[in-house]
Amino acid sequence: MTDAKENVERIVAEADALYHDLDFGAVKRFKEAHPEAKVIGCLPTYSPKEIIHAAGMLPVHLRGAGDQVEIIRGDAYFQSYICQLPRGIIELALSGRLASFDGFVFPAICDVIRNLSGIWQLLFPEKLARYLDIPQNFDAAVGGRFYARELRSILDDLERLSGAKVSDDDLRRSIAAYNHNRTSIEALMSLRAERPWLVPADEAYLVLRAGDTLLVEDHTRMVDEYVAAVLELDRPKRDHSRVVMSGAFCEQPPLGLIRTFERAGCYIVWDDMTISSRFIVGDVATEGDPLAALASAFVERAVESASVYACKRQKGSELCRTVRRSRAEGVIFAAPSFCDPALLDQPMLQAALDKEQIPWTAFKYAENLGQFQVIREQAGTFSDSIRLWGQ
Amino acid sequence: MTTVEKEPSMVKQKEMIAEHFDRLAAAGEHGKKVVYTFVPGNLTELLLSFDVLPVYPEINALQSAMRKRAGDFISEAERVGHSEDVCTYVKCDIGMKRKGNIGPTGQPLPKPDLLLLSYTGCFTFLKWFELLREEYDCPVVLLHTPYQAEGKVTGSMRDYMVEQLKSQVIPALEQLTGKPYDEDRLRTLLALSARAEDDMVHVLESAKHRPSPIDAYFGGVYYIGPMFTAFRGTEGAVDYYQTLRAEVDARVRAGEGPITPEGPMGPEKYRLVVEGPPNWTNFREFWQMFSDEGAVVVASTYTKVGGVYDFGFRHDPRDPLGTLADYCMGCYTNRSLPQRVSMLESYVKDYQADGVLVNSVKSCNSFSAGQLVMLREVEQRTGIAGGFIETDLVDARYFSAANVKNRIESYLQMIEQKRGKGPGATPAGAKEATP
Ligand code: SF4
Ligand code: SF4
Repeated sequence: MTDAKENVERIVAEADALYHDLDFGAVKRFKEAHPEAKVIGCLPTYSPKEIIHAAGMLPVHLRGAGDQVEIIRGDAYFQSYICQLPRGIIELALSGRLASFDGFVFPAICDVIRNLSGIWQLLFPEKLARYLDIPQNFDAAVGGRFYARELRSILDDLERLSGAKVSDDDLRRSIAAYNHNRTSIEALMSLRAERPWLVPADEAYLVLRAGDTLLVEDHTRMVDEYVAAVLELDRPKRDHSRVVMSGAFCEQPPLGLIRTFERAGCYIVWDDMTISSRFIVGDVATEGDPLAALASAFVERAVESASVYACKRQKGSELCRTVRRSRAEGVIFAAPSFCDPALLDQPMLQAALDKEQIPWTAFKYAENLGQFQVIREQAGTFSDSIRLWGQ
Repeated sequence: MTTVEKEPSMVKQKEMIAEHFDRLAAAGEHGKKVVYTFVPGNLTELLLSFDVLPVYPEINALQSAMRKRAGDFISEAERVGHSEDVCTYVKCDIGMKRKGNIGPTGQPLPKPDLLLLSYTGCFTFLKWFELLREEYDCPVVLLHTPYQAEGKVTGSMRDYMVEQLKSQVIPALEQLTGKPYDEDRLRTLLALSARAEDDMVHVLESAKHRPSPIDAYFGGVYYIGPMFTAFRGTEGAVDYYQTLRAEVDARVRAGEGPITPEGPMGPEKYRLVVEGPPNWTNFREFWQMFSDEGAVVVASTYTKVGGVYDFGFRHDPRDPLGTLADYCMGCYTNRSLPQRVSMLESYVKDYQADGVLVNSVKSCNSFSAGQLVMLREVEQRTGIAGGFIETDLVDARYFSAANVKNRIESYLQMIEQKRGKGPGATPAGAKEATP
């Protein structure tokens, strides 16, 4: 028990240090250890990191500057009605914190990230800035083929950057490493749904966020060790409500807000804050053409998300399924202010929940939000009301 | 408010629009199918080749704002759960639907039989039609236009689009109408588009003259109307642009400036390039803030949102599906920021502008995110002063008239100081520019 407790504390402390290190010391250490290797920053939400990893590079997920970096320059680049994330990213870049990065991938998730790719081309022409045009056509023969070509073209850029060719076997090994990572993360997610009192939301969040910076193999090890250690703990089960959190897939809420929800009496049994590492459901094939495998996994098995056109299913059906599967009693919509994708999605998701009589409440936040009292009260009232409702 | 005698082209456009809305109102009676689609990346020729009637929700939204109805519609959408933060075009449309779906001419709009989601240059389009799908419970066919992130169209992007047209969009229209795809008919319509496009470009480029015979932003939004909506590919559009061209040419010969809603504009003092959409809630007042000061917009990017024609693109009947793909991918907001900067730079130079002004609208991340960086870049490349104002498209809460007017006036003063000469003076080295 003591060992398990120490292990949990050690792992969470390591994850916490990574989370708070916006000078990217881990990236610098990686580069010292691998002087030839390159580092690629990946903007939210989903990038197929397998191809970056296969090129011998470190993919690092960039999610803004959180509540730790004062925005001095970033505000001069964006109007007040644009979300906080891009100003945080620009601040990191202009303050030199991203100097050890060699390139950046901007996935097609919204017009802000899309245009940020252009800002990058204008401000930092010496750095690779690749837009990743994620298909919104989910026919494997049409959108899937286009996406495979898109991946090939990004891989060509990465090969030019590193000066080395990437073989199909390299790609397959990386696909296997990420499959393993997703399996471990799923185990953690299932444990959260089953026994949330063992896995506080802030711990789970930090451990998953560590995957933003660590090499995938190291991250998988961390997740496995964390799950093994918490299973041995005797953490008290509280009379909390069980909620799903939705809408925070891009700009992240501050850690304090996540803690606030739990302190207000909500166990977060599922969330989309770290959906990027679970964007594909199940394994990607490790046989055959690896780029085609990545492409078909995306068009056939991407999760429901505001940035993916809901062609196959009724909007919100997957959220309702997630609520049922995780035995949640309600949903907290937590979306960044001015986030068109999340906020335009919400009325559809809320209608789907209403049909199934699943209660919900909604908040907006910015990554640098500092006051949680009002939200704490609202979340507490929500939690109380759904517990009563449940009875 | 002064009443100004309308030119024949204005009368013609008004008639075209009225007829279109009459057809829409009678669509059910005549068994006509109705397709809702967006302005950027619209496939009007293809739709017309199937004899379906297009509806453009953005146009309804802007018309609602001009008729001062948008406020009600936006409140209605916010009442049913839409956030204050999101694009107001979407909310205006949803609110209008919920309040009876009455179109700009006062007639009810028919429900869509199909939503053609031309996902071109704006992510919000996806969300908008997901929302409309819930409202109308009708099929959606999506055309994903890849973004020109690298500043060019690649073979892969083009193939992807043509494959989508062949395997999804055309079959959806065949199923809707029960008619087979008629490529010859499409070619005929595309040839008509190209003729009208030639004349439209001639009109837009007439602003290279001094004085400019047109205002290429406030007036420009009228000039692009038929081309960007239901009329491209029709004889009506060809006639309209011939008429307009003749009127503009006559103004050039007479050395006349633009006609504004208040009458002919006074002497041209400032030549501006404008980036960003206009405000529609106070459109007339907004225009007057410029025209009263003798500021004429000689080129604008908003008038390229439904197609960029002034760098040579024309619909090409020899390659019907390929040309539709090229058209969609070339629309202004589907271009990378460096491409947009280069366009602005060339406008400043080619049209001998004194300034470049951004009207940043709260609604539109597609246009707005990055405009501050673009402006700085254009200033650096051209050496001219940039100006920045903030409004919204259809939400009057974000149009502060006094503030906007103040900013415009200070900006024009700044231009004045920069050129160091009296108003109206031709900058050193500038010659009469000809298109
Ligand atoms: S928070 Fe929303 S609007 Fe902002 S970059 Fe992310 S997805 Fe785009
Ligand atoms: S975000 Fe801009 S381009 Fe998109 S629908 Fe709104 S106004 Fe139109």
